[in-house]
Amino acid sequence: MYSEKVMDHFSNPRNVGEIENPSGVGTVGNAKCGDIMRIFLDIDENQIIRDCKFKTFGCGAAVATSSMATEMVMGKSVQEALEVTNVAVMEALDGLPPVKVHCSLLAEEAIHAALWDYAEKNGITIEGLEKPKADINDEE
Amino acid sequence: MGKLIYLDNAATTKVYPEVFEAMKPYFMEDYGNPSSIYSFAGKSKKAVDDARRTIADFIGAKENEIYFTGGGSESDNWALKAAVDGYKSKGNHIITSKIEHHAILHTCEYLEKHGCEVTYVDVDENGVIKLDELEKAIRPETILISVMFANNEIGTIQPIKEIGEIAKKHDILFHTDAVQAYGHVPINVNELDIDMLSASGHKTGGPKGIGIMYLRNGLKIGSFIHGGAQERNRRAGTHNVPGIVGFGKATEIARDSLEERSAKEIRLRDRLIDGILEKVPYARLNGHRTTRLPNNVNISIQFIEGESMLILLDQKGICASSGSACTSGSLDPSHVLLAIGLPHEIAHGSLRLTLSEETTEEDVDFVIENVEQIVTRLRSMSPLYDDFVKKNS
Repeated sequence: MYSEKVMDHFSNPRNVGEIENPSGVGTVGNAKCGDIMRIFLDIDENQIIRDCKFKTFGCGAAVATSSMATEMVMGKSVQEALEVTNVAVMEALDGLPPVKVHCSLLAEEAIHAALWDYAEKNGITIEGLEKPKADINDEE
Repeated sequence: MGKLIYLDNAATTKVYPEVFEAMKPYFMEDYGNPSSIYSFAGKSKKAVDDARRTIADFIGAKENEIYFTGGGSESDNWALKAAVDGYKSKGNHIITSKIEHHAILHTCEYLEKHGCEVTYVDVDENGVIKLDELEKAIRPETILISVMFANNEIGTIQPIKEIGEIAKKHDILFHTDAVQAYGHVPINVNELDIDMLSASGHKTGGPKGIGIMYLRNGLKIGSFIHGGAQERNRRAGTHNVPGIVGFGKATEIARDSLEERSAKEIRLRDRLIDGILEKVPYARLNGHRTTRLPNNVNISIQFIEGESMLILLDQKGICASSGSACTSGSLDPSHVLLAIGLPHEIAHGSLRLTLSEETTEEDVDFVIENVEQIVTRLRSMSPLYDDFVKKNS
C-alpha cells in the first residue's frame, strides 16, 4: 500500500532523535488516531535551520512523513520552512494512501509548532505562521 | 527473506492438502448441479449430502438443520435479519455484546435504522460478557440473543452454556457467531442450547466463500437469499459444490485432530505469551489468560503503534495483525480493545498472533526475539516513551 519512498523513510528514518537545548520544539498529536509527532529545531542567528530531529509515535506513514519533513526543512530559513506543506511532503514521498493523508498534515503541523516555539522564545514574528492547534482533529 | 511465518490464522488459514484434493474432482469431472435430475449430477448431490452429514455430526445437529451459505458474514446477516422478520409479532429487541464481529454489529446498526432496538452488553476486562447485565437487558419484546462463541481479536471464549440457559429460560432465540471457534473448540448445539450458529470454512483449513448456518428445526426463520429451491427453500443459489466438499473435509480433519492440535497450540501459545511478556516491559495480554482460543495471542505494547510493528515484522517474514486504527482504515482502534477498557493509545499498540498446527517452537522463539527488537527500535523513536522515561527517572 505504501510507495517505495515511504517504505524507505519508514525503514531507514532520517534524523531520528532529539536536540539538546533546541531553538524550538513542537509536539502535535492526534490521540484518537494514535499519531504523536515531536520535532526539534536548531536555528542559527541568521534564522537558518541548522539541524532538525524528530520522534514519532505512529504508523508507517507517520514515521515516513516525519523523516521526509525533517529532510526538507534542513538548511532552510524559517521563512522557507513554512513552505514545506503537507502536500509538498506527500509529493516528495510519491504519495500516500488517502487514509494516511492526515499523517502528512501532522508533519506540517509539527514543524509549525516548533517554529512557533522558536518565535515565542525569541520574541519574533514569522510572517504567515499561525499559532498551532493542539490537536489537528479539533476542526474536524 | 527467509521462511514465511504465518501467524494470522484468525484472518484465514491455509487449505489442508487433503481438502484441496477432495475438492478437485468437483471442478472438471463431477461438475454437475446437485439440483439436476440426471444421474451425472448424482455425485455432486451425494458429495453435498456427505459434507452436510459430517458438519451436522460435528456440532451435534441433524442433517436438515445445516444450511450452506456463502460464508460467516452471510450467516450472521441471515440469522439477525430473518429472526427480526420472523418474530416481529413477539417484539423488536435484540441483545448482543459490544465485542461482536462487524458482521453482527453493522447488521445490528442496520436493523436499528429499521425500527429494531439493540442492547449491546458490556464485557469485563478479560472480554467475558457480563451475564448479569445480559439477563437484566431481557424485556418482554426481546426476540434474540446473539453472542459470539469466541472473539476473533482477543480469543476469549464466552460462557455459551450459561447464555444458552438464560435464553432458554426466557424463551428467547440464541444465535452464536462461531466463526472463530468452529474446528478449534468442541461445540454441541444441544448441550449448549444454541438455536442458530454461524461458521465459516476458511478459518479451519477449508476454502474461502463457504459457510454454514445451523438452524434448529422449528424456528420461524425464513429465506434471506431468495431464488431457487435449494437448501429446503431457505437459501437460494446453486450449491458451491467444491466449497461444500472442502468444508466437509476440513471439518473431518479438524474433528480428528482437535484434541492433539489444540494441546500443541496451547503449549506454543503460552510459550509465545510468556516469552513476549518476559522480554518486553510495559506489555499486557489481552483476553482471558486460559479461557481463550488455543491459537490466539493478543498483546498490547505501550508507547508504540501497531501498524509500524506489523511492517517491521513483515520485513522479517512474520505475518501478524493489529487492532490499531491505522490497520483498520478508520481513525479508531479496535472496538474490542476499547470495550475491555484499554485507553486509545494502548489499544493502538496491539499485536495479534494466531497460530496453526504448522507453527513450531522455533517459529515462536524467532517471533519473540523479533518482537523484542522491533519494540526496542520503535520505542527509541517514540515521544511517548521518552515522556514516560523522563517522568519516571
